[in-house]
Amino acid sequence: MIRIRGLTKRYGAFDALKGIDLDVAPGAFLVVLGPSGAGKSTLLRCINRLTPPTEGDIHVDGQPTNDGAASLRRLRCSVAMIFQHYNVVPRLSVQKNVLTGRLGSVPSLLSWLQVFPRADVAIARECLRRVELEDKAELRTDTLSGGQKQRVGIARALAQQPKVILADEPVASLDPKTSRTVLTYLKQASHELGITVVCNLHQIDYAREFGERIVGVSSGRIVFDGTPDRLTDDVLRCIYPGLAENGNAAAPAPAIETHAPRLRDFALEEA
Amino acid sequence: MNIGSYTLLVARSTGSLGWWPRAGIAAAAAVLLWWAARGSQVSFGELAKGLPWIADFLSRMFPPNWAFLDKLVQPAIETIQIAIWGTLLAVILALPVCFLAARNLTPNMAVYHAVRQVLNITRGINEIILALVFVAAVGLGPFPGVLALAVHGAGMLGKFFSESIEEIDQGPIEALRSTGAGPIQIIIFGVLPQVITAWIAVVLYRFETNLRQATVLGMVGAGGIGFELVGSMKLFQYQDTATCILVIIVMVMAADTMSTQLRARIQQGSR
Repeated sequence: MIRIRGLTKRYGAFDALKGIDLDVAPGAFLVVLGPSGAGKSTLLRCINRLTPPTEGDIHVDGQPTNDGAASLRRLRCSVAMIFQHYNVVPRLSVQKNVLTGRLGSVPSLLSWLQVFPRADVAIARECLRRVELEDKAELRTDTLSGGQKQRVGIARALAQQPKVILADEPVASLDPKTSRTVLTYLKQASHELGITVVCNLHQIDYAREFGERIVGVSSGRIVFDGTPDRLTDDVLRCIYPGLAENGNAAAPAPAIETHAPRLRDFALEEA
Repeated sequence: MNIGSYTLLVARSTGSLGWWPRAGIAAAAAVLLWWAARGSQVSFGELAKGLPWIADFLSRMFPPNWAFLDKLVQPAIETIQIAIWGTLLAVILALPVCFLAARNLTPNMAVYHAVRQVLNITRGINEIILALVFVAAVGLGPFPGVLALAVHGAGMLGKFFSESIEEIDQGPIEALRSTGAGPIQIIIFGVLPQVITAWIAVVLYRFETNLRQATVLGMVGAGGIGFELVGSMKLFQYQDTATCILVIIVMVMAADTMSTQLRARIQQGSR
């Protein structure tokens, strides 16, 4: 479904991604695991070209991706994205936020006038039902909790009826219980609908629990690729360099990542 | 420094020169003020000598000619009408360009700078000057006043509109971009919901300013109550002038109160 060859992204003198090769099979639930700053987000954002790659080819569903307006729109219609900070529009209703997932497919002129085809409204309703928020459809989205906002984000992604969902740290701002709920909704829906998911995570426990295949990324390179049971302590040390040397020195994530200390403690228990 | 039982607490000047740099700055400031006073012929002596004349002028205005109120109703209504259309046309002129003048939405920086400069120019020309130009173009009456307020207001509204666009959360914009939404869809579903309350507050403020300006536009023949004001002064009917000034004060106060309350209500509602 996704085929990446020689993907490199350079920011000035800094190489965020250094020649990534990756194939993702249709319907797979792939977890990209790695510390903050490893290049996970850049990798995801190169796939739907929110960040243009410096070098390399990316094929999605057999189609090469490029920056032409028409092909970009086609690509983004079939590749949905879920964000760490939900990125829902606060003053719109829950239903309208989900409907924005249909914007690439509905007639533009009508959508400017807030007119949507009934079929698309039905799709939005169905997606809200999947994340069990149909009773909140008329509420303003800024009245919801963090976990509910992320479920709106998932419903918006599903409303695109995409072939691929890119989830960029979808649970990094949520508490552990809510995180599991959100990841469960994402996994269930994508399984039932046959959607390929590439999900960035930095929590090893969630990666083990939800990933069918895990790709470890460290300083812009793929350092591990395999099933969760092959994710051994040696592999973790490779993904998170400096993790086992010294409890205090091992800080793979900067302080902005609220869950980073939890992750480190967990990894040390494992080690 | 001790002065009797008091202490002068002034930070000690740093550097080897002691107090001399500060003395130099004080002297330069004194020279600047003296120079500006010479140029503008500020003279408190002249003001004191003129006081009897001012008293004479005020006594001629007293009591205000209440019978003149009848003749002011129509011009006062016309002033409000000028302000309404001046504001509306300013909004219509500012709306399409404000997106080009916002750093985060502009297609390229050349367009951004060009539009900014156009807004600066229209805002830089005073309404009275614009009114003189439009009176020459379309003749005496309220319409040149409307045009003057529209052009100057468009410059001001365009600047404020684009500044509130620059302050919005970029996350939802990126999310909409990743759904394959077009630029206008992104503006309607991502930008407008985030800026609309700020915009309404600015438009209300602009209406209030326009009402104040519309009262003086009549001085150059651009309709409204200012025309009566100047007319009565030219005919030495100072009691009529007093009535005009009172009506203007009441109108401006009413507009100020109303727009302050409306803006407060809108800003409360946005929380």
